[in-house]
Amino acid sequence: MFRRLHEADGKAVRLTVDGRPVAAREGDSVAAALLAAGIVVCRTTPVSGAARAPYCMMGACFECLVTIDGRGNRQACLVRAEPGMAVATQVGKRELGR
Amino acid sequence: MAGSERRDYDLAVIGGGLVGSAIAWGAARRGQRVAVLDEGDLAYRASRGNFALVWVQSKGLGMPEYAAWTKRSSDAWGGFADELRAATGYDVAFERPGGFHLCLSETELETRAAVLRRLHNQPHMVQYPYEILDHDALAKRLPEIGPAVMGASYCPLDGHCNSLRLLKALHAGMKSEGAAYLANRSVEYLERRAGEFSITSASGELRAGKVLLAAGNGNARLAAMVGLKAPVRPQRGQIIVTEKVRRFLDYPIATLRQTDEGSVLIGDSVEEAGFDDTVGLGVLSTMAARAVRMFPRLAALNVVRTWAALRVMTKDGFPIYDRSESAPGAFVATCHSGVTLAAGHALFLAPMLAAGALAPELAVFSARRFDVSQAA
Repeated sequence: MFRRLHEADGKAVRLTVDGRPVAAREGDSVAAALLAAGIVVCRTTPVSGAARAPYCMMGACFECLVTIDGRGNRQACLVRAEPGMAVATQVGKRELGR
Repeated sequence: MAGSERRDYDLAVIGGGLVGSAIAWGAARRGQRVAVLDEGDLAYRASRGNFALVWVQSKGLGMPEYAAWTKRSSDAWGGFADELRAATGYDVAFERPGGFHLCLSETELETRAAVLRRLHNQPHMVQYPYEILDHDALAKRLPEIGPAVMGASYCPLDGHCNSLRLLKALHAGMKSEGAAYLANRSVEYLERRAGEFSITSASGELRAGKVLLAAGNGNARLAAMVGLKAPVRPQRGQIIVTEKVRRFLDYPIATLRQTDEGSVLIGDSVEEAGFDDTVGLGVLSTMAARAVRMFPRLAALNVVRTWAALRVMTKDGFPIYDRSESAPGAFVATCHSGVTLAAGHALFLAPMLAAGALAPELAVFSARRFDVSQAA
Protein backbone atom coordinates (compact mmCIF):
# COMPACT_ATOMS: atom_id res chain seq x y z
CA MET A 1 0.00 0.00 0.00
CA PHE A 2 2.80 2.42 0.94
CA ARG A 3 6.10 2.67 -0.91
CA ARG A 4 9.19 4.57 0.13
CA LEU A 5 10.32 7.43 -2.08
CA HIS A 6 13.49 6.38 -3.88
CA GLU A 7 15.49 9.26 -2.47
CA ALA A 8 14.57 8.34 1.07
CA ASP A 9 17.49 6.33 2.22
CA GLY A 10 19.37 6.14 5.45
CA LYS A 11 20.78 3.51 7.70
CA ALA A 12 18.70 0.40 8.25
CA VAL A 13 17.07 0.04 11.64
CA ARG A 14 15.89 -3.40 12.73
CA LEU A 15 12.99 -3.70 15.08
CA THR A 16 10.40 -6.36 15.79
CA VAL A 17 6.66 -6.13 15.42
CA ASP A 18 4.73 -8.85 17.26
CA GLY A 19 8.02 -10.75 17.42
CA ARG A 20 8.71 -10.66 13.67
CA PRO A 21 11.69 -8.71 12.34
CA VAL A 22 10.85 -5.51 10.48
CA ALA A 23 13.31 -3.35 8.59
CA ALA A 24 12.96 0.41 9.04
CA ARG A 25 15.13 3.37 8.13
CA GLU A 26 16.89 5.72 10.48
CA GLY A 27 14.57 8.65 11.14
CA ASP A 28 11.36 6.69 10.66
CA SER A 29 8.65 7.05 13.22
CA VAL A 30 7.33 3.72 14.43
CA ALA A 31 4.08 4.50 12.58
CA ALA A 32 5.97 5.10 9.31
CA ALA A 33 7.91 1.89 9.83
CA LEU A 34 4.70 -0.06 10.35
CA LEU A 35 3.07 1.37 7.22
CA ALA A 36 6.20 0.85 5.12
CA ALA A 37 6.29 -2.78 6.26
CA GLY A 38 2.67 -3.23 5.18
CA ILE A 39 1.31 -3.48 8.71
CA VAL A 40 -1.74 -1.27 8.46
CA VAL A 41 -3.83 -2.47 11.38
CA CYS A 42 -1.90 -1.36 14.44
CA ARG A 43 -4.61 -1.97 17.02
CA THR A 44 -8.28 -2.64 17.70
CA THR A 45 -10.39 -0.18 19.71
CA PRO A 46 -11.06 -0.76 23.41
CA VAL A 47 -14.87 -0.83 23.28
CA SER A 48 -16.13 -2.03 19.88
CA GLY A 49 -12.98 -3.83 18.75
CA ALA A 50 -12.83 -2.01 15.39
CA ALA A 51 -9.52 -2.05 13.50
CA ARG A 52 -7.40 1.11 13.50
CA ALA A 53 -4.41 2.37 11.54
CA PRO A 54 -2.03 5.35 11.78
CA TYR A 55 -3.94 8.32 10.41
CA CYS A 56 -2.79 11.87 11.11
CA MET A 57 0.93 11.02 11.57
CA MET A 58 1.37 14.12 13.73
CA GLY A 59 0.22 13.25 17.23
CA ALA A 60 -3.31 14.57 17.07
CA CYS A 61 -5.64 11.67 16.38
CA PHE A 62 -4.36 8.92 18.72
CA GLU A 63 -5.33 6.23 16.20
CA CYS A 64 -1.81 4.75 15.96
CA LEU A 65 -1.55 3.49 19.55
CA VAL A 66 0.73 0.45 19.95
CA THR A 67 2.70 -1.23 22.69
CA ILE A 68 6.38 -0.29 22.57
CA ASP A 69 8.95 -2.09 24.70
CA GLY A 70 6.20 -3.34 26.99
CA ARG A 71 4.36 -0.09 27.45
CA GLY A 72 0.87 0.24 25.99
CA ASN A 73 -0.92 3.10 24.25
CA ARG A 74 2.21 4.75 22.85
CA GLN A 75 1.59 7.04 19.89
CA ALA A 76 3.57 5.29 17.16
CA CYS A 77 3.78 8.45 15.05
CA LEU A 78 5.58 10.33 17.83
CA VAL A 79 8.17 7.67 18.68
CA ARG A 80 11.30 7.30 16.59
CA ALA A 81 12.11 3.75 15.50
CA GLU A 82 15.21 2.54 17.35
CA PRO A 83 17.32 -0.57 16.78
CA GLY A 84 16.00 -3.54 18.72
CA MET A 85 12.72 -1.89 19.62
CA ALA A 86 9.94 -4.38 20.39
CA VAL A 87 6.66 -3.13 18.98
CA ALA A 88 3.40 -4.99 19.52
CA THR A 89 0.10 -4.28 17.86
CA GLN A 90 -2.54 -3.79 20.49
CA VAL A 91 -5.75 -5.76 20.85
CA GLY A 92 -8.32 -3.68 22.68
CA LYS A 93 -7.45 -1.97 25.94
CA ARG A 94 -3.98 -1.59 27.32
CA GLU A 95 -3.26 -3.25 30.65
CA LEU A 96 -2.45 -1.51 33.87
CA GLY A 97 1.30 -1.87 34.34
CA ARG A 98 1.93 -2.45 30.65
CA MET B 1 -44.89 37.38 21.17
CA ALA B 2 -43.87 33.98 19.91
CA GLY B 3 -46.56 31.45 19.17
CA SER B 4 -48.28 29.74 22.06
CA GLU B 5 -48.20 26.00 22.48
CA ARG B 6 -51.78 25.47 23.58
CA ARG B 7 -51.35 21.87 24.46
CA ASP B 8 -52.59 20.31 27.59
CA TYR B 9 -50.35 18.28 29.81
CA ASP B 10 -51.04 16.63 33.10
CA LEU B 11 -47.52 17.31 34.30
CA ALA B 12 -44.88 19.75 33.14
CA VAL B 13 -41.40 18.86 34.32
CA ILE B 14 -38.99 21.77 34.27
CA GLY B 15 -35.53 20.34 33.79
CA GLY B 16 -34.41 17.45 31.59
CA GLY B 17 -31.50 16.19 33.68
CA LEU B 18 -31.44 12.96 35.64
CA VAL B 19 -33.99 14.11 38.23
CA GLY B 20 -36.46 15.51 35.70
CA SER B 21 -36.16 12.73 33.16
CA ALA B 22 -36.40 9.93 35.77
CA ILE B 23 -39.62 11.42 37.09
CA ALA B 24 -40.92 12.17 33.59
CA TRP B 25 -40.30 8.56 32.55
CA GLY B 26 -41.97 7.22 35.68
CA ALA B 27 -44.99 9.52 35.36
CA ALA B 28 -45.43 8.89 31.63
CA ARG B 29 -45.44 5.16 32.32
CA ARG B 30 -48.33 5.79 34.69
CA GLY B 31 -50.35 7.30 31.86
CA GLN B 32 -49.62 10.94 32.61
CA ARG B 33 -49.34 13.30 29.68
CA VAL B 34 -45.92 14.77 30.39
CA ALA B 35 -43.95 17.64 28.91
CA VAL B 36 -40.29 18.13 29.80
CA LEU B 37 -38.98 21.66 29.36
CA ASP B 38 -35.22 21.67 29.14
CA GLU B 39 -32.59 24.30 28.58
CA GLY B 40 -30.20 24.25 25.64
CA ASP B 41 -26.66 23.01 25.15
CA LEU B 42 -25.10 25.72 27.30
CA ALA B 43 -26.96 24.84 30.49
CA TYR B 44 -25.08 23.83 33.63
CA ARG B 45 -25.66 20.10 33.58
CA ALA B 46 -24.69 18.14 36.64
CA SER B 47 -26.24 15.16 34.83
CA ARG B 48 -23.47 15.18 32.24
CA GLY B 49 -20.64 15.75 34.69
CA ASN B 50 -21.33 13.45 37.60
CA PHE B 51 -19.30 10.55 38.98
CA ALA B 52 -21.98 7.85 38.47
CA LEU B 53 -21.85 6.22 41.87
CA VAL B 54 -24.98 4.57 43.22
CA TRP B 55 -23.89 5.18 46.77
CA VAL B 56 -25.32 4.43 50.19
CA GLN B 57 -22.52 4.38 52.78
CA SER B 58 -22.11 7.43 55.00
CA LYS B 59 -25.26 9.17 53.76
CA GLY B 60 -27.83 10.48 56.24
CA LEU B 61 -25.89 11.72 59.25
CA GLY B 62 -28.33 14.27 60.68
CA MET B 63 -31.33 12.92 58.73
CA PRO B 64 -31.76 9.14 58.99
CA GLU B 65 -34.79 9.37 56.68
CA TYR B 66 -32.35 10.31 53.90
CA ALA B 67 -30.35 7.15 54.61
CA ALA B 68 -33.58 5.14 54.31
CA TRP B 69 -34.64 6.89 51.09
CA THR B 70 -31.18 6.35 49.62
CA LYS B 71 -31.15 2.67 50.58
CA ARG B 72 -34.63 2.22 49.13
CA SER B 73 -33.49 3.64 45.80
CA SER B 74 -30.29 1.58 45.87
CA ASP B 75 -32.28 -1.59 46.59
CA ALA B 76 -34.56 -0.82 43.64
CA TRP B 77 -31.75 0.09 41.25
CA GLY B 78 -31.20 -3.38 39.77
CA GLY B 79 -34.86 -3.76 38.84
CA PHE B 80 -34.92 -0.19 37.58
CA ALA B 81 -31.93 -0.85 35.30
CA ASP B 82 -33.61 -4.04 34.01
CA GLU B 83 -36.84 -2.17 33.28
CA LEU B 84 -34.96 0.59 31.49
CA ARG B 85 -33.14 -1.95 29.34
CA ALA B 86 -36.39 -3.74 28.49
CA ALA B 87 -38.05 -0.45 27.61
CA THR B 88 -35.22 1.22 25.69
CA GLY B 89 -32.55 -1.32 24.83
CA TYR B 90 -29.89 0.64 26.75
CA ASP B 91 -27.74 -1.22 29.24
CA VAL B 92 -26.77 1.35 31.86
CA ALA B 93 -24.05 -0.99 33.19
CA PHE B 94 -25.31 -1.06 36.77
CA GLU B 95 -23.18 -3.11 39.13
CA ARG B 96 -23.54 -3.43 42.88
CA PRO B 97 -20.48 -5.25 44.18
CA GLY B 98 -20.31 -3.02 47.25
CA GLY B 99 -18.02 -0.01 47.51
CA PHE B 100 -15.01 1.14 49.46
CA HIS B 101 -13.98 4.46 50.96
CA LEU B 102 -10.17 4.35 51.18
CA CYS B 103 -8.26 6.11 53.94
CA LEU B 104 -4.65 7.27 53.53
CA SER B 105 -3.78 7.86 57.18
CA GLU B 106 -4.66 6.50 60.61
CA THR B 107 -6.48 9.76 61.31
CA GLU B 108 -8.59 9.42 58.18
CA LEU B 109 -9.47 5.85 59.09
CA GLU B 110 -10.38 6.73 62.69
CA THR B 111 -12.48 9.67 61.52
CA ARG B 112 -14.22 7.46 58.98
CA ALA B 113 -15.01 4.80 61.57
CA ALA B 114 -16.32 7.44 64.00
CA VAL B 115 -18.57 9.06 61.37
CA LEU B 116 -20.09 5.72 60.38
CA ARG B 117 -20.57 4.77 64.05
CA ARG B 118 -22.43 8.03 64.70
CA LEU B 119 -24.48 7.58 61.50
CA HIS B 120 -25.58 4.08 62.43
CA ASN B 121 -26.21 4.95 66.10
CA GLN B 122 -28.84 7.53 65.19
CA PRO B 123 -32.37 6.80 66.38
CA HIS B 124 -34.54 5.40 63.57
CA MET B 125 -31.49 4.72 61.38
CA VAL B 126 -32.23 2.16 58.67
CA GLN B 127 -30.26 -1.04 59.23
CA TYR B 128 -27.65 -2.21 56.75
CA PRO B 129 -24.21 -3.74 57.08
CA TYR B 130 -20.85 -2.08 56.71
CA GLU B 131 -17.30 -2.97 57.68
CA ILE B 132 -14.11 -1.17 58.64
CA LEU B 133 -11.08 -2.98 57.17
CA ASP B 134 -7.39 -2.58 57.90
CA HIS B 135 -4.76 -2.65 55.15
CA ASP B 136 -4.25 -6.41 55.12
CA ALA B 137 -7.93 -7.28 55.06
CA LEU B 138 -8.47 -4.72 52.31
CA ALA B 139 -5.55 -5.99 50.22
CA LYS B 140 -7.26 -9.38 49.97
CA ARG B 141 -10.15 -7.72 48.11
CA LEU B 142 -8.25 -4.90 46.38
CA PRO B 143 -4.83 -6.37 45.51
CA GLU B 144 -3.70 -3.22 43.68
CA ILE B 145 -3.70 -0.93 46.75
CA GLY B 146 -0.46 0.75 47.74
CA PRO B 147 1.29 0.74 51.13
CA ALA B 148 -0.08 4.22 51.90
CA VAL B 149 -3.61 2.88 52.22
CA MET B 150 -4.29 2.43 55.93
CA GLY B 151 -7.69 0.85 55.51
CA ALA B 152 -11.20 1.45 54.27
CA SER B 153 -14.87 1.30 55.01
CA TYR B 154 -16.91 -1.11 52.91
CA CYS B 155 -20.63 -1.25 52.34
CA PRO B 156 -22.13 -4.07 50.25
CA LEU B 157 -24.99 -1.84 49.07
CA ASP B 158 -22.80 0.51 47.04
CA GLY B 159 -22.51 0.35 43.28
CA HIS B 160 -22.10 2.37 40.11
CA CYS B 161 -23.38 2.68 36.57
CA ASN B 162 -22.79 4.45 33.27
CA SER B 163 -24.59 7.69 34.03
CA LEU B 164 -24.39 9.20 30.55
CA ARG B 165 -26.11 6.12 29.20
CA LEU B 166 -28.61 6.40 32.07
CA LEU B 167 -29.54 9.90 30.95
CA LYS B 168 -29.82 8.72 27.35
CA ALA B 169 -31.99 5.76 28.39
CA LEU B 170 -34.31 7.92 30.48
CA HIS B 171 -34.76 10.33 27.58
CA ALA B 172 -35.43 7.48 25.16
CA GLY B 173 -37.80 5.92 27.68
CA MET B 174 -39.83 9.02 28.35
CA LYS B 175 -40.18 9.77 24.66
CA SER B 176 -41.33 6.23 23.89
CA GLU B 177 -43.96 6.62 26.62
CA GLY B 178 -45.27 9.68 24.82
CA ALA B 179 -43.68 12.44 26.88
CA ALA B 180 -42.88 15.60 24.95
CA TYR B 181 -39.25 16.65 25.30
CA LEU B 182 -38.91 20.36 24.60
CA ALA B 183 -35.33 21.63 24.36
CA ASN B 184 -34.29 25.29 24.47
CA ARG B 185 -37.25 26.12 26.73
CA SER B 186 -35.53 28.03 29.49
CA VAL B 187 -38.48 28.97 31.68
CA GLU B 188 -38.84 32.68 32.21
CA TYR B 189 -42.12 32.81 34.03
CA LEU B 190 -44.41 30.43 35.80
CA GLU B 191 -47.75 30.98 37.53
CA ARG B 192 -50.89 29.20 38.61
CA ARG B 193 -53.89 30.67 36.87
CA ALA B 194 -57.47 29.41 36.57
CA GLY B 195 -56.65 26.04 38.06
CA GLU B 196 -53.65 25.25 35.87
CA PHE B 197 -50.06 26.28 35.44
CA SER B 198 -48.96 28.66 32.76
CA ILE B 199 -45.30 28.22 31.89
CA THR B 200 -43.62 30.80 29.71
CA SER B 201 -40.36 30.48 27.80
CA ALA B 202 -39.00 32.35 24.79
CA SER B 203 -40.88 29.83 22.63
CA GLY B 204 -44.23 30.75 24.11
CA GLU B 205 -46.62 29.49 26.72
CA LEU B 206 -47.42 25.96 27.77
CA ARG B 207 -50.14 24.84 30.17
CA ALA B 208 -50.23 21.92 32.52
CA GLY B 209 -52.27 20.73 35.46
CA LYS B 210 -49.23 20.11 37.61
CA VAL B 211 -45.68 21.31 37.50
CA LEU B 212 -42.51 19.78 38.89
CA LEU B 213 -39.43 21.92 39.33
CA ALA B 214 -36.43 19.72 38.55
CA ALA B 215 -34.14 22.42 37.25
CA GLY B 216 -31.19 21.81 39.57
CA ASN B 217 -29.62 25.08 40.62
CA GLY B 218 -32.30 26.83 38.54
CA ASN B 219 -34.89 25.74 41.10
CA ALA B 220 -33.80 28.50 43.47
CA ARG B 221 -35.20 31.11 41.05
CA LEU B 222 -38.26 29.19 39.85
CA ALA B 223 -39.50 28.05 43.25
CA ALA B 224 -40.45 31.54 44.41
CA MET B 225 -42.86 31.91 41.44
CA VAL B 226 -45.12 29.17 42.78
CA GLY B 227 -44.83 29.68 46.53
CA LEU B 228 -42.03 27.17 47.04
CA LYS B 229 -38.54 27.48 48.43
CA ALA B 230 -35.48 25.74 47.02
CA PRO B 231 -32.41 27.19 48.70
CA VAL B 232 -29.74 25.47 46.61
CA ARG B 233 -26.29 26.58 45.54
CA PRO B 234 -23.74 25.25 43.08
CA GLN B 235 -20.86 23.26 44.54
CA ARG B 236 -18.05 22.43 42.16
CA GLY B 237 -16.63 18.95 41.73
CA GLN B 238 -13.74 18.12 39.41
CA ILE B 239 -13.10 14.85 37.62
CA ILE B 240 -10.09 13.32 35.90
CA VAL B 241 -10.52 10.53 33.35
CA THR B 242 -7.74 8.28 32.09
CA GLU B 243 -7.36 6.24 28.94
CA LYS B 244 -9.20 2.93 28.90
CA VAL B 245 -7.45 -0.05 30.45
CA ARG B 246 -8.38 -3.67 30.98
CA ARG B 247 -10.45 -4.26 34.05
CA PHE B 248 -8.33 -4.14 37.20
CA LEU B 249 -10.81 -2.83 39.76
CA ASP B 250 -13.91 -4.82 40.58
CA TYR B 251 -15.36 -2.35 43.07
CA PRO B 252 -16.18 1.36 43.00
CA ILE B 253 -14.20 3.52 45.44
CA ALA B 254 -15.78 6.73 46.72
CA THR B 255 -13.14 8.79 44.90
CA LEU B 256 -12.16 6.46 42.07
CA ARG B 257 -13.84 3.94 39.84
CA GLN B 258 -13.28 2.05 36.62
CA THR B 259 -16.10 2.47 34.14
CA ASP B 260 -17.76 -0.34 32.23
CA GLU B 261 -15.72 0.73 29.19
CA GLY B 262 -12.41 0.73 31.06
CA SER B 263 -11.65 4.38 31.84
CA VAL B 264 -10.59 5.29 35.36
CA LEU B 265 -12.51 8.21 36.83
CA ILE B 266 -10.96 10.12 39.71
CA GLY B 267 -13.19 12.56 41.50
CA ASP B 268 -14.94 13.73 44.62
CA SER B 269 -13.46 17.20 45.06
CA VAL B 270 -15.65 19.80 46.74
CA GLU B 271 -15.31 23.55 46.19
CA GLU B 272 -17.51 26.57 46.73
CA ALA B 273 -16.95 28.47 43.48
CA GLY B 274 -20.35 29.87 42.53
CA PHE B 275 -21.24 29.26 38.90
CA ASP B 276 -17.59 28.85 37.85
CA ASP B 277 -17.27 25.39 36.30
CA THR B 278 -13.66 25.61 35.19
CA VAL B 279 -11.02 23.13 36.32
CA GLY B 280 -7.92 23.99 38.34
CA LEU B 281 -4.56 22.23 38.38
CA GLY B 282 -4.20 22.54 42.16
CA VAL B 283 -7.25 20.45 42.92
CA LEU B 284 -6.66 18.07 40.00
CA SER B 285 -3.07 17.37 41.04
CA THR B 286 -4.12 16.65 44.63
CA MET B 287 -6.78 14.26 43.35
CA ALA B 288 -4.28 12.55 41.03
CA ALA B 289 -1.66 12.26 43.79
CA ARG B 290 -4.14 10.66 46.20
CA ALA B 291 -5.31 8.28 43.48
CA VAL B 292 -1.72 7.15 42.81
CA ARG B 293 -1.13 6.58 46.54
CA MET B 294 -4.25 4.42 46.56
CA PHE B 295 -3.32 2.48 43.40
CA PRO B 296 0.35 3.10 42.53
CA ARG B 297 0.17 1.50 39.09
CA LEU B 298 -2.25 4.23 38.00
CA ALA B 299 0.79 6.52 37.73
CA ALA B 300 1.63 5.10 34.29
CA LEU B 301 -1.79 5.87 32.80
CA ASN B 302 -2.39 8.81 30.50
CA VAL B 303 -5.03 11.32 31.49
CA VAL B 304 -7.26 12.05 28.52
CA ARG B 305 -9.64 14.66 29.91
CA THR B 306 -10.62 16.64 32.99
CA TRP B 307 -13.79 18.55 33.70
CA ALA B 308 -15.74 20.26 36.42
CA ALA B 309 -19.48 20.21 37.09
CA LEU B 310 -21.70 21.91 39.60
CA ARG B 311 -23.54 19.88 42.22
CA VAL B 312 -26.90 21.13 43.37
CA MET B 313 -26.40 21.56 47.10
CA THR B 314 -28.66 22.46 49.99
CA LYS B 315 -27.32 23.89 53.24
CA ASP B 316 -27.65 20.53 55.02
CA GLY B 317 -26.77 18.43 51.96
CA PHE B 318 -30.12 16.60 51.93
CA PRO B 319 -32.70 16.65 49.11
CA ILE B 320 -35.76 18.83 48.94
CA TYR B 321 -39.08 17.26 47.97
CA ASP B 322 -41.91 19.68 48.54
CA ARG B 323 -45.36 20.74 47.43
CA SER B 324 -46.69 24.27 47.26
CA GLU B 325 -49.40 25.34 49.71
CA SER B 326 -50.30 28.47 47.77
CA ALA B 327 -50.14 26.94 44.28
CA PRO B 328 -51.56 23.42 44.64
CA GLY B 329 -50.09 21.10 42.01
CA ALA B 330 -46.63 22.67 42.10
CA PHE B 331 -43.83 20.44 43.35
CA VAL B 332 -40.08 20.68 43.64
CA ALA B 333 -37.47 17.91 43.63
CA THR B 334 -33.80 18.65 44.03
CA CYS B 335 -30.80 16.67 45.22
CA HIS B 336 -27.10 16.19 44.57
CA SER B 337 -27.48 12.46 43.99
CA GLY B 338 -29.45 12.24 40.79
CA VAL B 339 -27.81 8.92 39.90
CA THR B 340 -28.25 7.14 43.24
CA LEU B 341 -31.81 8.40 43.61
CA ALA B 342 -32.85 7.84 39.98
CA ALA B 343 -34.55 4.55 40.80
CA GLY B 344 -36.45 6.10 43.70
CA HIS B 345 -37.43 9.07 41.59
CA ALA B 346 -38.72 6.94 38.72
CA LEU B 347 -40.37 4.19 40.74
CA PHE B 348 -41.53 5.88 43.97
CA LEU B 349 -41.66 9.65 43.53
CA ALA B 350 -43.11 9.71 40.00
CA PRO B 351 -46.25 7.76 41.03
CA MET B 352 -46.78 10.25 43.85
CA LEU B 353 -46.63 13.11 41.39
CA ALA B 354 -48.93 11.24 39.02
CA ALA B 355 -51.40 10.96 41.92
CA GLY B 356 -50.83 14.60 42.83
CA ALA B 357 -49.63 14.17 46.42
CA LEU B 358 -46.34 13.45 48.17
CA ALA B 359 -46.40 10.49 50.56
CA PRO B 360 -46.17 11.35 54.27
CA GLU B 361 -42.70 9.81 54.57
CA LEU B 362 -41.35 12.57 52.32
CA ALA B 363 -42.62 15.36 54.63
CA VAL B 364 -39.22 15.46 56.33
CA PHE B 365 -37.65 16.61 53.04
CA SER B 366 -39.76 19.79 52.88
CA ALA B 367 -37.81 23.05 52.58
CA ARG B 368 -39.71 24.17 55.68
CA ARG B 369 -36.83 22.64 57.64
CA PHE B 370 -34.74 25.67 56.65
CA ASP B 371 -37.25 28.08 58.22
CA VAL B 372 -36.15 27.22 61.75
CA SER B 373 -34.47 30.26 63.24
CA GLN B 374 -30.70 29.98 63.43
CA ALA B 375 -30.94 31.11 67.08
CA ALA B 376 -33.36 28.35 68.04
